[in-house]
Amino acid sequence: MTAPAAPATVSPALSAAPAPVVVGRPGSRLPRVALPAAVTIATVATVGLYLAFRGTATLPHDDEAAPFLFLNDVRDWVDDNRNESPLFLYLVNYVRLFIGGVFDLFAGALRPVDPPLLVAAATALGWFAGGWRTALVAGLGFGAFGVLGVWEASVDTLALVLTAVLLSLLVGLPLGVWAGRVPRVRRALTPALDVMQIMPTFAYLGPMVLFFQIGPASAAVATIIYAIPPSIRITALAVQQVSPAAVEASTSLGATRWQTLLTVHLPMARNTIVLAVGQTVMMALSMVVFAALIAAPGLGSAVIRGLSRADVGVMLPAGLAIVLMGIVLDRLIMAGARRTGHPGGPGARRPHRSRSRYGTAAVAGLVFAGGAVLGLTALGGFPAAFEIRIAGPVNEAVRWMQSSWYDTTEAIKNVATEGLLNPLQTVLTTAPWWLTAATVAALAWRVSGVRRALTALGCLLAIALLGLWEHSMETLTTVVVAVALTLAAGVALGVAAARSPRFAALQRPLLDAAQTLPAFIYLLPALALFGATRFTAVFASVVYAVPPVVRLVEDGIRGVPPTVVEAALAGGSTRRQLLWKVQLPMARRAVLLAANQGIVMTLAMVVVGGLVGAGGLGFDVVSGFSQSADFGLGFAAGLATVLLGIMLDRITQGVERRPSPPQQKMRIA
Amino acid sequence: MRIGSRVRLLAGVLTLGLAVSACGGARVADGANSPAPSGSGSGAPAAAGTVKLAVNPWVGYEASAAVVSHLLKENLGYTVELKELSEQVSWEGFETGEVDVILENWGHDDLKKKFIEEKKVAVEAGSTGNKGVIGWYVPQWMADKHPGITDWKNLNKYADLFKTSESGGKGQLLFGDPSYVSNENAIIKNLKLNYKVVTGGSEAALIQSATQAQEQQKPLLFYFWDPHWLFNRVKLARVDLPPHTDGCDADPKKVACDYAELDLDKIVSKRFADGGGKAYELIKNFTWTNEDQNSVANDITNNGMSAEEAAKKWVDANPGTWQAWLPK
Repeated sequence: MTAPAAPATVSPALSAAPAPVVVGRPGSRLPRVALPAAVTIATVATVGLYLAFRGTATLPHDDEAAPFLFLNDVRDWVDDNRNESPLFLYLVNYVRLFIGGVFDLFAGALRPVDPPLLVAAATALGWFAGGWRTALVAGLGFGAFGVLGVWEASVDTLALVLTAVLLSLLVGLPLGVWAGRVPRVRRALTPALDVMQIMPTFAYLGPMVLFFQIGPASAAVATIIYAIPPSIRITALAVQQVSPAAVEASTSLGATRWQTLLTVHLPMARNTIVLAVGQTVMMALSMVVFAALIAAPGLGSAVIRGLSRADVGVMLPAGLAIVLMGIVLDRLIMAGARRTGHPGGPGARRPHRSRSRYGTAAVAGLVFAGGAVLGLTALGGFPAAFEIRIAGPVNEAVRWMQSSWYDTTEAIKNVATEGLLNPLQTVLTTAPWWLTAATVAALAWRVSGVRRALTALGCLLAIALLGLWEHSMETLTTVVVAVALTLAAGVALGVAAARSPRFAALQRPLLDAAQTLPAFIYLLPALALFGATRFTAVFASVVYAVPPVVRLVEDGIRGVPPTVVEAALAGGSTRRQLLWKVQLPMARRAVLLAANQGIVMTLAMVVVGGLVGAGGLGFDVVSGFSQSADFGLGFAAGLATVLLGIMLDRITQGVERRPSPPQQKMRIA
Repeated sequence: MRIGSRVRLLAGVLTLGLAVSACGGARVADGANSPAPSGSGSGAPAAAGTVKLAVNPWVGYEASAAVVSHLLKENLGYTVELKELSEQVSWEGFETGEVDVILENWGHDDLKKKFIEEKKVAVEAGSTGNKGVIGWYVPQWMADKHPGITDWKNLNKYADLFKTSESGGKGQLLFGDPSYVSNENAIIKNLKLNYKVVTGGSEAALIQSATQAQEQQKPLLFYFWDPHWLFNRVKLARVDLPPHTDGCDADPKKVACDYAELDLDKIVSKRFADGGGKAYELIKNFTWTNEDQNSVANDITNNGMSAEEAAKKWVDANPGTWQAWLPK
């Protein structure tokens, strides 16, 4: 259940380069002694310049900046010409009708089916795909929709997800195959996919409404935009990795390009492509709540209602249904792939690994759904008598948390706000823009090399040109603090999990749930506990970004060869020394990868944070979607978020390409 | 191999479909892709259609929507689709047929101009009987303790009281859902108030803060509106901004006055109105008092009832009121 987070898909730059090339960092050319001195001098100079020029050359926010007004004009033009311009008459409107038609087809086929019949159908499909276990998961999962009292909404969501996934795959798989075979296509697609993945969902809801209006069709388009990148990326990767020898053998036997593609590439990449399908489904599911904002029918609307009424009880059944749907679809796809797949194919390892990861979540869901269904079969009469109302007890629990934890949470919030957020934000917003830009460039140059430094600098200057400097700095503050907390929590939990398998087993289902549950659901208790503040947004980001960090760290530490650990222990090092001097340094790559992941994921939550008082770009984007006068501001803020994401990615990207020093350290330990 | 041929097949079908239907181009208002206009008018009064009712994110609206939807379903046999949407997005829905009815519209003269006069996709369907007014509020205890705090001229004097971790050294004015009607930034700027708008994100955030401000005697200045059940629970005092005059809020950037008292009204899509039908009649006739709405909203929020249950309770208790709404 690692839907939006699977490391392979979120950070483009990382997955695109399977074998990192070790590039010499510019600093390494300097003599050893000069290095720390240069860094110290640079730091002192930066601080000095900041103190000298603080408050000058800042770029304060202006709601009337030219780019916003320009975007508003574009909006008005589109709005006026929707029924005149040929672009709309012959293209956009047809796309809308076509996608709407596909949705109606699915919804029309699924809605009239009796719930028991659909549950039976799902069970049968599970049986057919993967035997009795899968059948059980599918049957209980679908049964749970009725038990939770969200049957109709679940069916609508299912129809929307199927529409989006079908269309994503229709476009994504061929594109992925093409990109896998032609490097030039791959290079051209990569930046576009980057933007699609980093762009906050809210930011393209506005344009979506503008072009496709509200309703299931435009919700499906928004979902496709979000869900298509992994299908393209993973497919491309799979095709790329097909052994050149096999391809050569095929061509030397006189096969045409098409024949080679169909008989060599696709069969050999098959298992990995199935992974792409699974990822696409998960991404589509994670869009369900956003889709509801533009009038898509389904589970998301209950979540939205719960948010506006501060009612966790309303949200939770819908949220659980989304999680369960993810589990069922994932199991079905994986089981189907295993049944017909070639054992031992090039990608065979991957589905297996993710299966075990999803396994625990599936078991948790099973227990839950199984208990519910068993308890209710006694009552008879599906679905009305089967429904369990969990709203009451859930709300009781939230209320209790709110009143008894108030002092503690208030203290945590205040410490984090006064100690971390406020000072950092003051520095970033009062520093002259040229100093910030120079610092970013120097940092990126030092860490990642000249080319990436230029990209990072370019992004930052583009943000300034968009007129969103001040808000971007506010957002940067939130992101930096959230990433720091995420890393602290993630490393601690990851280390604990690596040391104790029991703790790991206990923690795993929780991590899975944290990732699949729509963020809105834990946003609400966070809001109750911390109020409408930036810290609430930070908290939500940490919850969202911690799971992959924990996994990466855990994997990294587990990956340290046992012989090394033994040697260190034999050499008399304590467990603490073992951790700090051996395991963490050797897992360095994994930890740095986790940092990069954390940044991308935190940024994804920034906009959702805008809903609960985080301000900055997130709020601009939200308000651009809900107030027509702010359309331009919102869209520009979406772009600025992308630029900020690319900038942060470029700064941190180089880190894990450095030759890591653990070998030397090891000897010391 | 199978994938390849399937892709080609589908691409072919898609192209064909486009080619066949691409004669005149598709206009949005053609309304294809959305089911037939609800109510299906003259011919079949008993055969119920579907009414798509937008539900904007505040509980008073939800109360009205629940009662109307209850009557449509139970007394007229319609199917009702409730759509949780923000205000502006709901208006967009008139154009595509995703929305038939907005049951509680707060002003929005700009949207009326665009969708009723220019695009001609919506029409007004009369008042809801509710008087709505937006304003700035403080808890009553603050008004008692700090004389003059309810006069805007004194707000700067008290700005320190309202400072929070989010307001950056200024006083905090807590705002609700980002989609709400708002002049806050302009008012603060034009009246030179030393305040910053902090957005709580939802009605719930406002209610929670207001309740806490009362219970824990914490200062709070916030955006709120009447009708609302909260006034029965927490004593609030309204801050007097410069009084509203006609047209003082015409230019959103130059607003320096209080909100007008609004006659909340109903807007329906043109198609829905033209289709006639009993649903349209009922919605046109719907009108009740602020007290009615508050009692239903209070049941939803504080008495643990679902919207349907609260609506049923009100309907059972007030037959005289709603029978007048039913189509003759």
